[in-house]
This record gives sequence, C-alpha cells and structure tokens, in this order.
Amino acid sequence: MSVPRLVLNGLTKVYGRLTVVDAIDLALEEGEFVSLLGPSGCGKTTTLRMIAGFIPPDGGTIEIDGRVLSAPGSVLPPERRGMSMIFQSYAIWPNMTVAENVGFGLELRKLPRAEVRQRVGAILEVVRMGHLADRYPAELSGGQQQRVALARAIVVEPSVLLLDEPLSNLDANLREEMRFEIRRLHDAFRITTVYVTHDQAEAMATSDRIAVMNAGRIEQVDAPHRLYTRPRTRFVAGFIGRTNLIEARLADGEIVFGPVALAAARLATPPQGGDRAVLLSVRPQSMVLRAARPEEANGHAVLPAEVTRRVYLGETWDYLVRPRGAGIELRVSAPPNQVHEVGQTVWLTLDPGQVVVVD
Amino acid sequence: MAGDATLAARGAGGAAQPGRLTWHVRLRNVEPVMLLWIALIGVLLFLVAFPLAKLFLVSFEDQRTGAFTLANYAFAYGRERYVNALINSLLLGLASATLAVILAVPMAWAVSRTDMPGKGMTWAAVLGAFILPPYLSAIGWILLAGPNAGFVNRFWRDLTGLARPLFDIFSFEGITLVIALNSFPLVFIFVKAALDLVSSEMEDAANILGAGTWTTMRRISIPLVLPAILGGFILVFLEAISLFGVPAILGIPARINVVTTQLWQFFEWPVRVEVAAAYAMPLLMVTAGLIAVQKLVLARKGFVSQTGKGGERRPIRLGPWRWVLFAWCAGVGLLAVAMPLFVLAQASFAKAWGRGLALDNLTLANYRLLLFEHEMAMQSVWNTVWFSAAAASIAVVLALLIAYIVNRRLVRFGDALAFVAMAPFVIPGIVMAIGFYAAYAAPPLALYGTAALIILAFAARFLPIAYANSAAAIRAVHPEMEEAARILGSGRLNAVRRITAPLVRKALLGGWLLVFIVASRELSAAIFLVGPRTRTMAVLLYDMSEAGNFEVLAAFGGILLAITMAFVGIGMKLLGRDFMLRRG
Repeated sequence: MSVPRLVLNGLTKVYGRLTVVDAIDLALEEGEFVSLLGPSGCGKTTTLRMIAGFIPPDGGTIEIDGRVLSAPGSVLPPERRGMSMIFQSYAIWPNMTVAENVGFGLELRKLPRAEVRQRVGAILEVVRMGHLADRYPAELSGGQQQRVALARAIVVEPSVLLLDEPLSNLDANLREEMRFEIRRLHDAFRITTVYVTHDQAEAMATSDRIAVMNAGRIEQVDAPHRLYTRPRTRFVAGFIGRTNLIEARLADGEIVFGPVALAAARLATPPQGGDRAVLLSVRPQSMVLRAARPEEANGHAVLPAEVTRRVYLGETWDYLVRPRGAGIELRVSAPPNQVHEVGQTVWLTLDPGQVVVVD
Repeated sequence: MAGDATLAARGAGGAAQPGRLTWHVRLRNVEPVMLLWIALIGVLLFLVAFPLAKLFLVSFEDQRTGAFTLANYAFAYGRERYVNALINSLLLGLASATLAVILAVPMAWAVSRTDMPGKGMTWAAVLGAFILPPYLSAIGWILLAGPNAGFVNRFWRDLTGLARPLFDIFSFEGITLVIALNSFPLVFIFVKAALDLVSSEMEDAANILGAGTWTTMRRISIPLVLPAILGGFILVFLEAISLFGVPAILGIPARINVVTTQLWQFFEWPVRVEVAAAYAMPLLMVTAGLIAVQKLVLARKGFVSQTGKGGERRPIRLGPWRWVLFAWCAGVGLLAVAMPLFVLAQASFAKAWGRGLALDNLTLANYRLLLFEHEMAMQSVWNTVWFSAAAASIAVVLALLIAYIVNRRLVRFGDALAFVAMAPFVIPGIVMAIGFYAAYAAPPLALYGTAALIILAFAARFLPIAYANSAAAIRAVHPEMEEAARILGSGRLNAVRRITAPLVRKALLGGWLLVFIVASRELSAAIFLVGPRTRTMAVLLYDMSEAGNFEVLAAFGGILLAITMAFVGIGMKLLGRDFMLRRG
C-alpha cells in the first residue's frame, strides 16, 4: 500500500472564538492536482498556509510521505518542508532579475553554478520566458510575472506545489490562458499540487479533484464532473453551477413533491431509509420543455407547467416555470430554438436519473 | 532532502500525538525571534520606560534620604516666580501657535489651491525655516532687532529720528515671533497635505451656488481642513513650551522666565534634580494630553474630505490677488530665513558685525579661530557628528526590528512594543533629558559626562521618527515577498537579509538621515547631559551666546548649517527633494 504524498488529519485553526478551519481531512496521492474551492472566508487560504507552514495549526496534523510536519505546538518552519508556493501577489522580488528570481531556490540547495544556470534556462524556456531572463520584474506584465512565479516554484522540483489564488490579479482573457498553462505544466511535471481558488471554472479546468469548502469544513471532494452531477450537499449543489432545490418526501420507495412521484430506485444514487423529508437538486439543463405532451414518458416524470418569466442569454433561454399544483418554481435552461411565451402552458419532462438527493 | 526534518516518527498506524514530541524537538522549532523580542523589551525598558519611571519616582524622593516626600512639589510650585514661569510657557505656546497658523495657512492654501507664482520659492522658505535651528534663528534676530544695535532698529531710528526702537527682540513678543517663524512649517505641511485632498468639485459646488473665491475659501476649503490646522496648532504649541534655546537666549536677558529656563536653573549648582522632575510633570501631562487630542481630531476622517483620488483638481485663478499672496509668502520667507541667514553670514565674515557690509570689515578670522585655534570648537563638531550618527544608527536598527516583528505579527503583544517605541513622541526633549539624568547619571551606571549618555538619550528621543519611518518601509514590503523565499528553503533571517533588507534600504537611509539631522541640532536634550568634554555644537553655540561674541558665534552657526545642509543635500539627492517634509 502506497503512502499518500500529503495528508491532512483533522486539521483545525481557531482565531479567538472563530473556527476558521474545522477538522479537515484530505489526502493527496503523488502527482495529484487538488483544488480547494470555496467562497471567500471559507478557510481555504488558511488551510493552504498551514500546509506551507506559515500558520501553526490548533489541532490535527499535516503529514508528507507519512512524516508529520505540523502538529499543535510544534511546526516545521516553511523552509524545511521542501515545498514551493505561488502567491496571490506573485511575490516576484523586484531587486532581482528574472533569472535570479528563478535561480534563488536552486542556489539555496547549493547546486553548482553551471547547473543552476542550465536548469533556470530550461525552465524559462518551458514557461516561454527565456528571452526575458535578464529583465527586472518591474519591466514585466502581470502575465509574465505569473510565468516567472511558476518557473521559480517548479524549478526546485518541490514535493508539493501550493498555489494561492494565483490568477485573481489577471484580466479575464489572460486568466483563461493561464489556467491551461498551469494544467499543461502539471501534465509535464506531475508535481503534487494544492490549488486554492474561489473560481469554479478555474478549479474545473485545472484539477483532478476538487475539495469544496464552506465555513471551515470540506463539504465534498470529488472529480469536477461528479461534483456537478452528484453534489452531496445543498451547498455544493448551489455553489457548483446553478440548480433547483426542491423540498420533497421520501415515502414507500417514492419521492413525492406536489403531484409528482418519482421511483426512488431510479435516482442516480438511490436514497436509503424510510419515510422522511428530503432535499432534491435538479439542474436547469436536465429538464426539457415541450409545447405538446410527449408520446413516450420513458419513465421520466411529465407534468404541465406555466411559463412565468423568461430571459434570453444568447447561448440559452432561461425559463422560470411553475408546475401545476406543485407550489414551486423551477428554472429550466433551453436551447435558443425552443421558444415559449410567458403565460403559455408547457410540458416539463424530468429525468429521475439526473435528480440528486442532497443533505 | 527533508529527511532530517521529520519532527516525530509516526507510530505504527496511529495518528501523530503532539504530546509525544520531546522538549528538545520543540525547542529546535522555536523561532529565534522570541529571544529577539525579549531583548527588544529589555532595550526599550532601558531607553524609554526606566528614565520616565525614574523621573516620576525621583520627584517624590528626598534628595538625601530617598524617603517619600511631597516637598519637591511644594518647593517647585511654592514660589510665585516658578508658577509665573508655567503661565508664561502656556501663553508663549498659545501666542506662537496662533502666529504660526496665521503665517502658514495662507501659504498652504496658496501653494495647494491657487495659481500664485513663486511656489518653488515658498517651498524653499518652508524647508529653510525647517532646517534653521531655532537658536540660530534667535541669534540672527538679535542682530536684526536688538534694541540698540539691531539693523532694523538702527535703520528705523535713522529713518524717523525717534529714539525708541521699532521692535525689541528681547521681549515676550520677540520670543513669540522667532518661535513662530521657526515652527510655521509644521502647520504648513499639515494644512497643505489636507488641502491637497480637497477636490476642486467641492469648491465648484459652492461656486455654482453663487459663492465667490473668497467666500468659498472661507466657508468651504478652510473649514474642511480645520482638523489639520488644529493639529498643526497643537504641534507648534508643544514645540514652543518645550523649547529651550530661544527662551534662554532671548528671555533670560529680558528676565522672562518660562518652564524650560526654570528647569535649567534647577540644574545649576546645586543640582536639584528631584525638584526639576516635579516641576517637569505639567509639561509632560500637557504634552501627552494634547497629542492625544490631536490624534482624536485628526482621526475624524469624515471631516477632512478624503475624495482626493477621483476628484479633478484645478488651481484657482486669483487674478491680481495672486501678487498679494506672493508678497505674503515672500515676506514670511524673508523674515524666517533670508534676513536671519543674511545677517548671520555677514557677521560670520565681519571684524565687527555692527559695521555692516564693507570691504575693510571682511575677514576669515572668525572661521580660522574656530577651525584651528578654538579649544572646543572642532571637538564639538566631531562630538556632534559621531553622537548623531551613533544615535541615528541605534534608533534605526531598533526601530526596524520592532517594526518588523510588529508588522509581521511574529509575537503576541507586539503592539505594546510599538507603543513604547512611539512614546518618546509625547515626551518633551528636556523632560527626557532630566529622566536620563535621574536614571543614569549617578552610580551604578555613572554615565554623567560620557558620550554614551547623550547617544542613548538622542536614540530614545528620536526613536519615534525612526519607528514611523521603518514601519512605513516594512509595510510597503508584502509579507509574501519573504514567504516566497522561505518556502523555497531560506530561513527567516536569510530571507530578511536577501529580500527585505535590499527592498527597505533606501527608506531606512531616509530615516537615518532624518534622525541624524534633528539630532545634530538638538539643544534641549543635550544641554542637561553634556559634560565638559562631550559638548555638542548646539550646546557650545549656546554657551558662546552667553559670552556675546556674535562674529564667532555666527561663524560657528555657519559651520553647523554647512554640516546640516550637506546631509540634507545627500538626502535630497538620494531620496527626492521633499524627503524631510513628507507628512506622516
């Protein structure tokens, strides 16, 4: 059995009466890319800085390759962890050239001068900054500084690479480009990576797995597509993409809301247990609106509904419909060619296989 | 590579238990910064807290027995003469501060908001008044407005044939004038900085409702910066009541006694340090109280309009009135800088200053005397330079360390360190000096008459300047700059050396120069602490002024100014022209 590269065990941080990070468990395999995703103030940056060793934990441990780095009362300083990190501000040292910035970590590892020069040159080529090696950071654009920061962090071949919202200071186009750049570098070097961001598209584009954090806790850790199709909590369902949350009852193997009854066994993850209230998450893209009642139901629920509002967003129609007798409103996404007027009665088709019960 | 870095071996299958970490493992991971913190507390206690505590204690001690007594207070406030000196100080403070505000506010408004010509000249006047030590200014004004021989009064008598002088500088009004002319830059800098934040739209809004330039200035612009004016007023007031040189040079001949000159008399043989300590208490209370008031006033940000960024700023067109303002600024510049400097320069090259500018009156003898023959002059130059340099170095290093661990929140209660480092700001130099005398002059340390006593007192007195400077410099370096070095394998000290230090070097140099310059002209703190061989230029200058040889005195002032200007010049060259006048 292989030992995971990085393990967080009940990691906790308390500031005064506020528990910022609340008993987090997480394990990263070697070469894995995991994002910590969540709204601001959810504790993701604090977690990252505890991994780096800048903040001592108040509870739990951090282990690398099975060795304890941080435990309450005794924390290995950051410089002895063999990690590297990319900061929100880039933290490119303005008093050193690009090459000196990138070579700093190698120099500290007491590598021969020639090897430092050779490795710095090579990594600068990888991030396409070779021609700017002798420039000072003040002469570089934001995107170029970002590339220097990447090169500086990667060149030391860290045991773990940490990224703290590295793209939040870039403009939109550049941000998209750098997302793929970060993933490309990861595919090339397979460095175990923890990536902190509040931008779900960024996390989706870069990560093998995403840990969604809320109020100091990890709500769910999963591959990006599973987070979207199989959210486990109300928070994850609402935070990743948009969704409809429906209050329903589970009774006698059926999920009931209003006039609708779905066979519980046909859900993607059939709920266990008997008679109780459940919360359903239904994505706007998983439902279909038709002007006429479809011939075949195929086990899908079909119900009449009234269009109460619509917004045209270019790539899709955004409809708000009210199923007859259900007392709820649902948001449904439809392609541009499916036009329904406000006030019109439509037939809504709901596939139980795309309905998820969330906590 | 981190093989030796493992903290504790992990038990078979069990989670690590922090309780099993042995003490030496814990100790290995304690950052050395804790030791530094303890050392800094020790240094600050020595430099700031102990002298103040000693001052307070001594004021309640019997001189011979050391027993508790209130006799010192009874003595210090038991004579009408002593109480009058207190009242005189307060009146002097009020009068000087009022005059300084009257001088400075129109200048600040003119430079900040209008199209007045000659703004560069106005800046030069402000900087000149800031650099000119007050006691030199006082000596210059003796040459200008001494009742009998002063140039202005002689000119006046020749012009009118009257026997009475136009203005007698040896008077309460004379002291007020010299202090105001010397300290108006404090008001100017405050008010100008505040006016710079008022957007033109504030004034446009008044104009569009029918207010003219005059009404707008009176009803809008000036009220908006009222807190800044009040802040400047308080600073000048405090400067005036804690100043020693000017009241001593101009007031003692006129038999005008103020707190600082009275304190000086308590230090004449036999030294009554416990009475002086008791007598210094009101000065300390008033200063600390007013600084607190000033902080409160300036903290009301809603009052000062803070829309400076977005709002457009256009200079107000004054038409012919701009020449009136120009005349005002030029007049202040003449009185504060040009005239005193001119008569001092003339006197320094004269055989007899009263004979004025004449070819047969020119001589280099005064400078030759000082540079080559005077037994103390060159010694005092050397003392001044090295005391100031040592004090500046101590203050900057101490301030940098404190600013660093406070800003990076390396220890709990770091703010307490910052508070103590800033505390000397509310302690008048003269009070600080008495505290140092009480604490360290006598055995066991017996530092009286040593260079160390003066250097330490200077370092403590100017620590707030260095701290404000260092804190700003450290704040400007993002902590991630250092963290980036640490995560790549650099220890904290190495990260500070390789990354932080190069980034703050320039700002620190500015702080060092500032402390050096103010220390090199400091009189109030030095005069109580010097021994026969440790006199500084400022002290020697004051001693010489009692002898009344104005030609040599002026030449010595010239040497002092030349040294100061050399360092100001270095600062301007390296750090920009306004490095001394930046607010905050």
